[in-house]
Amino acid sequence: MSTAFVDKPYGTALAELGERFPQLVVLDADLQRATETELFQSRFPERYFNLGVAEANMVCVAAGLALSGKIAVCGSFACFMSQRVCDQVVLSVAHSNANVKLIGVEAALSSGSNGATHQGMLDLAILRAIPNMTVFVPGDATETHAILEYVVSHPGPAYLRVPRRRAPVLIDPSTFRFRPGRAVRMRPGTDITLITFGMMLPRCLAAADTLQQEGISARVVNMSSIKPLDESEIHLAAEETGALVVAENHNVLGGLGGAVAEVIGETCPVPVVRIGVRDRFGEVGPADWLAEEFGMSAAHIVDAARRALQLKGRRAQSVK
Amino acid sequence: MADSAIDLRRMSNQIRRDILEMIYLGGGGHPGGSLSSVEILVCLYFSILRLRPDDPGWPERDRLVLSKGHAAPALYAAMARRGYFPVDQLRTFGQPGSALQKHPDMRRLPGVELSAGSLGHGLSVAVGMALADRIDRKDRRVYALISDGESQEGQVWEAAMAASAYGLDRLIAVMDCNRMQVDGFIDDIMPIRPVDAKWRAFGWAVEQVDGHDPYALERAFAAARESDGRPHIILADTVKGKGVSFIENRVEWHSHPLSEEQYHSALAELDANEGAPA
Repeated sequence: MSTAFVDKPYGTALAELGERFPQLVVLDADLQRATETELFQSRFPERYFNLGVAEANMVCVAAGLALSGKIAVCGSFACFMSQRVCDQVVLSVAHSNANVKLIGVEAALSSGSNGATHQGMLDLAILRAIPNMTVFVPGDATETHAILEYVVSHPGPAYLRVPRRRAPVLIDPSTFRFRPGRAVRMRPGTDITLITFGMMLPRCLAAADTLQQEGISARVVNMSSIKPLDESEIHLAAEETGALVVAENHNVLGGLGGAVAEVIGETCPVPVVRIGVRDRFGEVGPADWLAEEFGMSAAHIVDAARRALQLKGRRAQSVK
Repeated sequence: MADSAIDLRRMSNQIRRDILEMIYLGGGGHPGGSLSSVEILVCLYFSILRLRPDDPGWPERDRLVLSKGHAAPALYAAMARRGYFPVDQLRTFGQPGSALQKHPDMRRLPGVELSAGSLGHGLSVAVGMALADRIDRKDRRVYALISDGESQEGQVWEAAMAASAYGLDRLIAVMDCNRMQVDGFIDDIMPIRPVDAKWRAFGWAVEQVDGHDPYALERAFAAARESDGRPHIILADTVKGKGVSFIENRVEWHSHPLSEEQYHSALAELDANEGAPA
């Protein structure tokens, strides 16, 4: 079965929502092609503002628009939307509980062509630690549309990491309804659970196929809602499968792996093996090369699953 | 709206007393930058701003963004005296659970337009508010109170550029130019002169006034309301700690508690200057 792909699911959805929400305004900081806002701008020029290379100002201008009743969507590279504007987001967006939607594009290893300076690998760690903030990473084109629609129609601060240009369709849009704090179980499984989000989702599905051939039943959970987090799904995964692999396109410090460990550490401690960038800076390179170099390919996920299962077995022995 | 019966100088003296009481009872606060902002806030709240204290969220109100959040005591006193909340509530300043936090919290105190405390945000937020008003074709104005020390933050100039690029002539900024910052005099730490030429170069209409003359401020605000396609800034020359001799121009009084003796001595000085207690 071949996977369908959609071009610019984010930019298309944004322009579409512009029709339905007259209060929607869009801001850029000189990265319009990356943030896919041309379509919105051409339809709604009076609601589009390009603030130039001044991200801090952009975020606070967005807060001002939001505090005047607008739904303000502002975007840039994920590294800038977190690291560069952290203080503006904390005070003027989150503390003020302003209706601002922060859009991070080309996050972490999805940005291979620009290298370390542009590969935001800390965005989820930073954003999820901010009170009032919600954090979402769609895993495919269907979720991109659904989550954007959700954040635009629900007041309050949100951070949304969106796919780069093209995204697969892995979830059926005709039946899917996004609910924050609710994970999507992509595949059932009883031996181990692979928890993931974003561009790592297809790799986890591929890893589950490989494991299946070895007789290992791997559950795959798409955790697109990073905050609020679906704690009960994580707990169930720990309780029912007894071993977890968390695969994320992010630094392993402070991301979903940490969030999952935080949850089960308090309820049902089981082995958690983390796949992600292991506390180092990025590099230039094509996606395949980066996946190998950073240990984040489907094959690495399979290895991680084996390790988690070993730990689970050792644990079972010691309990006996 | 403006109440012609209000004596802005007398009210300023009252606000100073309130500020000192808050900082004395609250066990600390920022006396210097609060006292320098008094006439600016009195002029805005009692003469310039279109507002409804009994309906703080009134959609047609003018907006005032206090960007120098450490002047919270001056803001709270002006708001209380204008009728936003009972004057007695000022005594809760800085107490656990109070709506009157050491820096303004818009989610706790209705009428505060923006949570502030980290410097450099307010003018940008005011730009956003002015853009929203333009989209909505509202005829109200947005005011932003910033400070000269704050303008060492690069973001202030990002906002200045944007306001000018969008021709936001319903945005009026006031800079409390008390010439000091936390660590000393601005000229000694990181000079920002020439301030007026910088704003002009960024495309703003600039007016300079005595920031402790509420009537001069009133005239400057009236002039700034003449729309000419440019944002306006009023550079208000002030004295940090104005009105209390042992606080004026003293670096250690940026953030400092008041002892009981200092509190009474400061009040006595204010009374003497006014001639009689209000």
